[in-house]
Amino acid sequence: MCSVRRTALAPGDLRDALALAAAVTVVGMSFGALAAAAGIPWTLTMAMSLLVFAGGSQFLAVAVVAAGGAPVAAVAAGLLLNLRHLPFGLAIGGIVGRGALSRALGAHVLIDESTAFARARGTGARATAAYRLVGALLFVGWNIGTVVGILGGSAVPDPNAFGVDAAFPAALLALLLPSLKAADARRVGIGAAVIALAATPFLPPGLPVLVALLALVLAGKPDPAEERRRGTDGSGHGDGAPA
Amino acid sequence: MTWAAVLALAAGTYLVRLSGIVLRKRVTLPERVARLTDLGATALLVALVATAALTEAGGFAGWARPAGVLVGGAAALLKVPFVLVVVLAAGTTAALRALGVP
Repeated sequence: MCSVRRTALAPGDLRDALALAAAVTVVGMSFGALAAAAGIPWTLTMAMSLLVFAGGSQFLAVAVVAAGGAPVAAVAAGLLLNLRHLPFGLAIGGIVGRGALSRALGAHVLIDESTAFARARGTGARATAAYRLVGALLFVGWNIGTVVGILGGSAVPDPNAFGVDAAFPAALLALLLPSLKAADARRVGIGAAVIALAATPFLPPGLPVLVALLALVLAGKPDPAEERRRGTDGSGHGDGAPA
Repeated sequence: MTWAAVLALAAGTYLVRLSGIVLRKRVTLPERVARLTDLGATALLVALVATAALTEAGGFAGWARPAGVLVGGAAALLKVPFVLVVVLAAGTTAALRALGVP
């Protein structure tokens, strides 16, 4: 089993996963530093990074509390932001793995980046191996970053000065581009972007992206090329057909 | 922040994540629905890219960030390796900010 997993990865997969993990580590540092500045005890900050492991909701929760909001409001805002992970799980449930342990651990590292990273590698054994690899590296990077941020405090520079805030959307876009070759995915994608952008000024964080699911009405008929690609999907996951 | 809040956020987030995965396992989705869940993930991810590239706290994020994402996206279209896409995007935005572009 182990050797199958090792050989399932393509040569560049580890390098690409490390690039994402490096960016996540930098953001984790800024999270640790920000939480420390907001007066949150380091034990709670670490518990968040270890147990919640969802950057956006962690930043949001700290911001709500730092602005004088009640903890219950921070939880509600964070959960709303993380609701998109449910449809992500529906989409990549077949990639995560088959055993109960695979699913239990795989669920914890289900974030935007791991979802996009695995989907870019199909639906077979390579996607599963890539999901586990990137999930583990992102988790380790995020938590190491948080530790460094807590220790570094105000000495941690603003990651935006290094353009890290542009690195994430660019990385997601690069991972998405191959799937946008299909006409139906492109229609839905463009519609989703328009809806989310239009809704952003009016809705709390998290909702605009969920509302963008309305773009599925543009799905129409399956694209023939996309249908062929998807042909392996029904035959079961982990069928070991790397790209 | 309190322990109760952190644990509630952690448990809620985990349940959200697990329920999607378990649902996918439990029911055999008809081909039509499986296609929609896949397109749904595309819709969410593109919406995330668009909002993360262009907005900040409900308003416009400034020019430096979308410019970096644009450069990264163009590099990806030209089949530039993923690591370089990430570096080019971050580098463009960082350089523009260093020059005073918001």
